[in-house]
Amino acid sequence: MAEPAKSEEKIISDIGLDVGISKLTDDRIEKEINSVIKNETGARLKTYVETCIHCGLCSEACHYYLSHDNDPRFSPVGKVKQTMWEMLRKKGKVSPDFIKKAAIIAHTECNLCKRCAQYCPFGIDIAYIITVVRRIIHRLGCTPQYIQDTAHSHSVTMNQMWVKGDEWPDTLQWQEEEAQAEIPTLRIPLEKEGADIMYSVIAPEPKFQAQLIYQAAVIMDVACVNWTMPATMGWDNSDMAMFTGDNEIMGRIKRAHYETASRLKVKRIVMGECGHAFRSVYDMGNRWLGWQMPPIPIVHAIDFYYEILKEGRIKIKKKYETPVTLHDPCNVVRGGGLHEKARYVVNAICENLIEMHPNREHNYCCCAGGGVINCGPPYKMTRINGNRVKAEQLFAVKARGAKTLIAPCHNCHSGLEDINHHYGIGQEIKFIGDILYEVMEKPEVEEGEKE
Amino acid sequence: MHDLYNFVTGPLAWAAFIVFIAGSLYRLINMLYLVNKKEKFIYTYMSFKYSFRSIFHWITPFATVNWQRHPVLTIVTFAFHICLIITPVFLLSHAILWDESWNISLWALPDGVADIMTLVVVGSCIFFLVRRLVLPEVQYVTSASDYVILAIVAAPFITGFIAYNQWINYQLFMILHIISGEIMLVAIPFTRLSHMLFSPFTRAYMGSEFGGVRNAKDW
Repeated sequence: MAEPAKSEEKIISDIGLDVGISKLTDDRIEKEINSVIKNETGARLKTYVETCIHCGLCSEACHYYLSHDNDPRFSPVGKVKQTMWEMLRKKGKVSPDFIKKAAIIAHTECNLCKRCAQYCPFGIDIAYIITVVRRIIHRLGCTPQYIQDTAHSHSVTMNQMWVKGDEWPDTLQWQEEEAQAEIPTLRIPLEKEGADIMYSVIAPEPKFQAQLIYQAAVIMDVACVNWTMPATMGWDNSDMAMFTGDNEIMGRIKRAHYETASRLKVKRIVMGECGHAFRSVYDMGNRWLGWQMPPIPIVHAIDFYYEILKEGRIKIKKKYETPVTLHDPCNVVRGGGLHEKARYVVNAICENLIEMHPNREHNYCCCAGGGVINCGPPYKMTRINGNRVKAEQLFAVKARGAKTLIAPCHNCHSGLEDINHHYGIGQEIKFIGDILYEVMEKPEVEEGEKE
Repeated sequence: MHDLYNFVTGPLAWAAFIVFIAGSLYRLINMLYLVNKKEKFIYTYMSFKYSFRSIFHWITPFATVNWQRHPVLTIVTFAFHICLIITPVFLLSHAILWDESWNISLWALPDGVADIMTLVVVGSCIFFLVRRLVLPEVQYVTSASDYVILAIVAAPFITGFIAYNQWINYQLFMILHIISGEIMLVAIPFTRLSHMLFSPFTRAYMGSEFGGVRNAKDW
């Protein structure tokens, strides 16, 4: 296994951060901090900060803390001390260097996974406090470059990956044709008004994981779902602006998403296996727009698979034999309570589910979520070193036989892939959809028809 | 000495209770005012069921994962908080004061039990102090105020114990006991001892979010 990250002081070059910091003045910092705290926060921040009794009981909740040999700098409250407490104590009179440090902590050393909220006896929402720090960093123009670029993409194209207007329907058509080789009657219905379901994905799917759209189309087709995808903007449910503290952009992209669904007059939005997008559509974006709960019911892929399997709309030909383990993504489990449904689905399609520990709401985060992986290559080792405990958890479950790791979330998938490689765990990582597609009964196609 | 005693048990006691009650109300009203003004959405998510589900778990020893992970701390913290509240209210000498001043007759603790409970509070304070000094994750986030509030809480119990046992200068320690008790009352609304007021609300809100939105356990 790799060395624990003791040499954390290694200088990381990040143009977004460095240039942003170089333009700061003490006055501007003071003004923006106090403006955010005065105008955008209220009882929550004040009560949280004044109620915290400095007991340190949140520490063991954090995978960064555990992975850095219990270094208190990485405990949830330790991160608040290094950021928000100082800003409040000095009434915003902090230096550009402090802001740089705060940006690195808030953006790359906290996944906003909210595990600490389950460990604080008072239920203090530390992730919320870190979100306020990110908001300040955003207002100061010091957000790390890669994730800022993603937010720019959202702003310009309403999707995360600069997918251009024509590339989207093009990709869908391409996947439709691919899938027709398997099921000749299969369609990916575009702009079908009044369909039951609008299926939405995150932009990395059309950009470089188009096979996931193929698989989803096959699942929809076999389950005889009346579904559609939009041909316009609003198809992307992802949201990095939520993580940069750019709430205005978050509001715009979520509005585009809901409005597209409402234009298509669908009953529900079903979304792919993504965690942060679920947080955005189900928890954050709707609230920013003034909806207590999403204006159109949101169904995460796990929930959708549960539904079609339970109703018998998909039959399983032969269960997946390799022993699997299941990673509970924070945003859909701690954020949406889908853990038991995920187990139902996994047990329905796999022979042998071996639980990792801790699991369900108490699972360790993948260390990629919360926008951390989106801060890009400069911080790859921050993630990997910051989650040694995940590697240990995976080694332990692998020792008990689990060769395949199911991660029903895009961020988790990518983050765990890095951990898998770096620590040499040697598990194969799959989405639920990958396995479901593999083991489900599909209409038999005559040999001759295949080509 | 008698004048001083009369002063601390008379006007100063009144002042302390008024500041404690008025201050606590002020802090709570101010919190609710802020919620109304800027975060009204919180009310939409508050749920009695999930608030109490969460509070119930966290006020029950070992009912949460984190309490289970720290058995010694859990025992100490529950014993501490129970004794901290029960002892001053039901101590025999205090029960007499309640009766003399307000004609309220309360059940009183046997003296021997009260002695033990007092020592539990003092011992717990020492435990918390050592914890602050020794554990890196606690030490890292400790500031001077943390020691001060610990001293504020321990003082009335230490002085009261010395006075009750009449080891040295009874009158002086009686007066110190009363003053330190008054300081503690005044400190509750205006220091982080205010977690006594706020923690039910923060817990309830997190419980409501986890129960109503997140469909997950927050313990």
